[in-house]
Parts: sequence; structure tokens; C-alpha cells
Amino acid sequence: MRIEFFYWEECPSHDEALARLRTVLREEGLDIPVDVVRVDTEEQAVTRQFPGSPTIRINGADIQPPGENQVGLSCRVYHTDDGRVTPLPTAEMIRRALRAAHPI
Amino acid sequence: MPLAIESRVIPFALPGTDGTTHRTEDFARAPVFGVIFHCNHCPYAQAWEDRLIAIQREYVDRGARFVLINANDPAKYPTDDFEHMKSRAKEKAYPFPYLYDETQEIARAYGATRTPEVFLFDGTGMLRYHGAPDDNYEDPEAVQHHYLRDAVDALLVGGTPATAQTKPVGCTIKWR
Repeated sequence: MRIEFFYWEECPSHDEALARLRTVLREEGLDIPVDVVRVDTEEQAVTRQFPGSPTIRINGADIQPPGENQVGLSCRVYHTDDGRVTPLPTAEMIRRALRAAHPI
Repeated sequence: MPLAIESRVIPFALPGTDGTTHRTEDFARAPVFGVIFHCNHCPYAQAWEDRLIAIQREYVDRGARFVLINANDPAKYPTDDFEHMKSRAKEKAYPFPYLYDETQEIARAYGATRTPEVFLFDGTGMLRYHGAPDDNYEDPEAVQHHYLRDAVDALLVGGTPATAQTKPVGCTIKWR
């Protein structure tokens, strides 16, 4: 399994998102390295098809479809199951994506 | 540097999504006046938006008044342009004016850097709280410290907020 974590330094809380990802990986018993990628320019954002910070991809697939998020240097909007907007993916979003990519 | 605590309110006259120009003097009689830098596109602003609406609705009868100001460069974020601001204000039934700082002069004068970023003034026009609305942008149910609400409560009874300053958390303001 390949896990990538993309972030833009100017958007806060990416450290928290990365720590959350690593916690969920540990809870799921997955000893898999995370490829942490810093995105600094609009050109890099386009090349990476980066829809905002933070973005997590598992085997190249985004853990939540980008939806209204446009490619570019921005903070990313996530939608929780109960309809709230949040700047970070929830642990449950990450867990679901991991289990879908790595069925037990 | 942001406006320092106990500084005086910086006057402005800015166009609102309601089609009128709003001036600081319009709020001169409010016992509590909040100037909140905000925008459409930012997830932090969106995450706190409903809480700001709720606080304004709850305290309007006691005279507390907020204005939201968007200073982002729409060339960088098209959903932050004035037309999208009008749509957002209507969609969310904002109980406060939503103002457009096209030249960014007001955001610069206040020293604002993030959305959202709260500057809360007392009835004399003195800055009494600056920072984030509360301590949890992700989950309103998990908030431990209601900075803005507590500061409004303190000012309405003639007191001083227990917390005068917190770190604003949110997207950076997009300068021209």
C-alpha cells in the first residue's frame, strides 16, 4: 500500500492531520511509511493535482473526492458524515479509506 | 502586527452585500462591537461560520453587533469575490453585515492575517479581545474555551474578558 500526505505550509494544522494519519495507521496495525510531500508553488499544485492542504492519497486515490476543492494552493474543505465542514479529515474518514484499500 | 489590546477601533466605511455602505459610527452605540475578518473559501471560516451566526443571534437583543469583512484578493480565490459574498450571505441568512475590503486597507490597518480573526471592542471603542472564536475549529461540541462568547459576556456586564488574546487560526488573508 502506498500512502502519500500532501500539504501546503501556509495552511495550519497539517501537523495535526499527519499525526492523526499515523495514529490511525497504528490503530489499524499497518506498519506503512507515509510519503510526506510539501507543495510550495502553483506549478507544483497543478503537477500534483493538489486540491488543497492537507490531502491524503492511498494508492493514488484521494480519501475523499475533492468535490468543490479546486487544484491550487489553498486550505482544503472536508465534509463530515453529519454535514459539517472541517479543515482536516477525520480519523473515521482515514480509517474507512485504509480499510477499503486493505481489506482485513 | 495586529492591533494591540486596548487600542481604539479603526474607522472604516465599506460596502456590504446588502447594498449599503457600513461605517464604524453606525455601531457607536453598541456595548460590544466585533470586527471579524472572514471569507467564503476558507474551511476554517466555514467551520466557525455557524457559531458566529449563533452568537450574533443570541446576543443581538443585548446590543452586541458583529460585522464580517472579507479582504481576500478574488483573483486568487474567485469564490471570495463580491458576487459570491452576496450569495453566501443570502444562503446562510447572515444576521450581520458582510463587508468587502477591496483595497485591503482595513485588513492591513487592523493587522489581520487570518480568516477568521476576531477583533472585539467594548462600548467605548477599545479593543478587548483579539483572536480565534473558540478553541476547536473541528467540532463545536468539543469546545473547551468559548473565547468570543465569554468576552462578549464579560463586556456586557462591564467587565474585562479573562482571555484578551489568542492565536488566530485559519487561512491566511490573500494579499494582492
